[in-house]
Amino acid sequence: MNTDTNTQSIFQVDEKGYYGEFGGAFIPEMLYPNVEELRENYLRIMSEPSFKAEFDKLLKDYVGRPSPLYFAERLSERYGAKIYLKREDLNHTGAHKINNTIGQILMAKKLGKKKIIAETGAGQHGVATATVCALTGLDCVVYMGEIDMKRQKPNVERMRILGAEVVPATSGSKTLKDATNEAMRHWLAHPDDTHYIIGSVVGPHPYPDMVARFQSVISEEIKFQLKEHTGNENPDYVIACVGGGSNAAGAFYHYLDTPKVKLVVAEAAGKGLKSGESAATTALGKPGVLHGSKTIVMQTEDGQVVEPYSVSAGLDYPGIGPLHAHLYDSGRGHFVYVTDEEALDAGILLSKTEGIIPAVESSHALAALDKIDFKPEDIVVLNLSGRGDKDLETYIRYGKY
Amino acid sequence: MQTIYSGRFTLYPIKPTFVIEMNRIDKLFQEKQNNILAVYFTAGYPGLGDTTKVLRSLADSGADIIEVGIPYSDPVADGPTIQASGQQALDNGMNLKLLLEQLADIRQHTQTPIVLMGYFNTVLVYGVERFCMKCKEVGVDGLILPDLPVEEYKEKYADMFAEYGLCNILLISPTTKEERIRQIDEISTGFLYMVSSNAITGAKGSVEDAQEEYFKRIEAMNLKTPRLIGFGISNRQTFERASKYASGAIIGSAFVNLLTENEKDFDGPIREFVKEVKGL
Repeated sequence: MNTDTNTQSIFQVDEKGYYGEFGGAFIPEMLYPNVEELRENYLRIMSEPSFKAEFDKLLKDYVGRPSPLYFAERLSERYGAKIYLKREDLNHTGAHKINNTIGQILMAKKLGKKKIIAETGAGQHGVATATVCALTGLDCVVYMGEIDMKRQKPNVERMRILGAEVVPATSGSKTLKDATNEAMRHWLAHPDDTHYIIGSVVGPHPYPDMVARFQSVISEEIKFQLKEHTGNENPDYVIACVGGGSNAAGAFYHYLDTPKVKLVVAEAAGKGLKSGESAATTALGKPGVLHGSKTIVMQTEDGQVVEPYSVSAGLDYPGIGPLHAHLYDSGRGHFVYVTDEEALDAGILLSKTEGIIPAVESSHALAALDKIDFKPEDIVVLNLSGRGDKDLETYIRYGKY
Repeated sequence: MQTIYSGRFTLYPIKPTFVIEMNRIDKLFQEKQNNILAVYFTAGYPGLGDTTKVLRSLADSGADIIEVGIPYSDPVADGPTIQASGQQALDNGMNLKLLLEQLADIRQHTQTPIVLMGYFNTVLVYGVERFCMKCKEVGVDGLILPDLPVEEYKEKYADMFAEYGLCNILLISPTTKEERIRQIDEISTGFLYMVSSNAITGAKGSVEDAQEEYFKRIEAMNLKTPRLIGFGISNRQTFERASKYASGAIIGSAFVNLLTENEKDFDGPIREFVKEVKGL
């Protein structure tokens, strides 16, 4: 967890909550006190020794960190580079999402909040939130798009078993963006005792920065693990998939100011960039305001948010976190676009060559390997953000294995 | 906006010059201190061509301020009624450009103050200055953009709004702290939109006793900007109660429901509604 506030990096949020021209806090006045309370306190709380100690202890004993950095030998042979997989799929609850929810639940407790709300797309963030609420005894309401509830049913039941109330979002496209709208509405109506655990590096400042700091444990570990493996803490490439962008923000965090480490961002192109069914925000979007921050948004000429599409419920979000918008705008990030088919093929390839069935989200990062010309000595770290149990139906429906 | 070619490779935009008259909202509040009724409806609802019909009915029947909603796909502060009307309007084909076209000759029919209310993204994408210029041109008097933060407005847009004679109507809620209310009061123009309770629009149909304490607290602050109370105002009773603590109140969801129930022929019902609420 990064609590250093003295950095001058252009990739860190500035004091107004901006990354370059992206970020800010575009929220109705009714939400201002909550967001302001968080903004005024989050860095101080995160740097308190007691907070750090509890966060570290839970990550170690409850989540199972550090997650391994695994040298994927057969995958490396295939792509002609040295490929390491950061195994966030081995975390408790099956994805990187738990790092952030542990951090935020401790933050909510420090702020004296009694109730938790969250939004979820694929269900991984919802499960991670329900888990930490069960762990701490706080009430939990999770908003989830009606369509996502159908396609991610096991995760819905997981949340319910953990004691959370899952509320269907029935407006708009009935997916992640609408679940986010509903969660924001709920927060607006219950400002005093409720903390909203946003699951990605999106939303009004300070959420993108706070979530990135909680997830920065990923790159912190990559550094020392890679040094153990290779003697050098800097790889040539770090690759991660991006919906909102939390796993990527975590994997990139300690490398943002190391230009020789190339940061590769895999976005979901769905059925193709020109198909009309895509979630590739940077390719198809333009600057706008969504869910409280200025970022790149898929929208019509008239500024109406477009319904995105991806085979992965975790990636079909019409925006991208403001940090990633800035990585795109500044050229620091190398953006690649992965179709459903390319992702599913890559997921099946990993299953067969390494014995790891990845989440379909992570499969998008794996498919990016096909789009880069590696040199044999290149060291590549790929953030395997989650495991594929929840996506078996999707792989089965695809069938090409 | 005209552009002329002037010198090599340089295009200078020429801003239209306007006669700066007193804003209709300021004029209204100067002439009338009590029982001001503002009514909200969504542009392009119930039908795409109904915007100016609803607006003219409201103006003719005595609504003091008319708030025209710019429909948006992701309205985080709206309740189900207004959200559904916004979705219907979008499905009908409404957009900001068309709305401004529909309002083009509205000032030939009414001098009732008109406020456009919407989310910032549609304005940002249209172009903030282009939007302000167009608003001035068609005779819009004020804007309510709930998710344009006070700080952002102050830093980037306050001068621009002033240049085009547009009031920026800012919100305060029961959880807004006193110091911030003072800051908001300082930069607000037109009136303050006083959100009666922390809720989405249309969530409650009444004014609770606890809210009256909040109304009294704000009244005692002696703010420079007049206040209208919104959220939870639906009929004569709630309008009168809210008007005791402010210059008047805003009705939104209840009026949109009326349009939904009378989508084929709303002129008569609008007149009756306004008459009833104002006790005329």
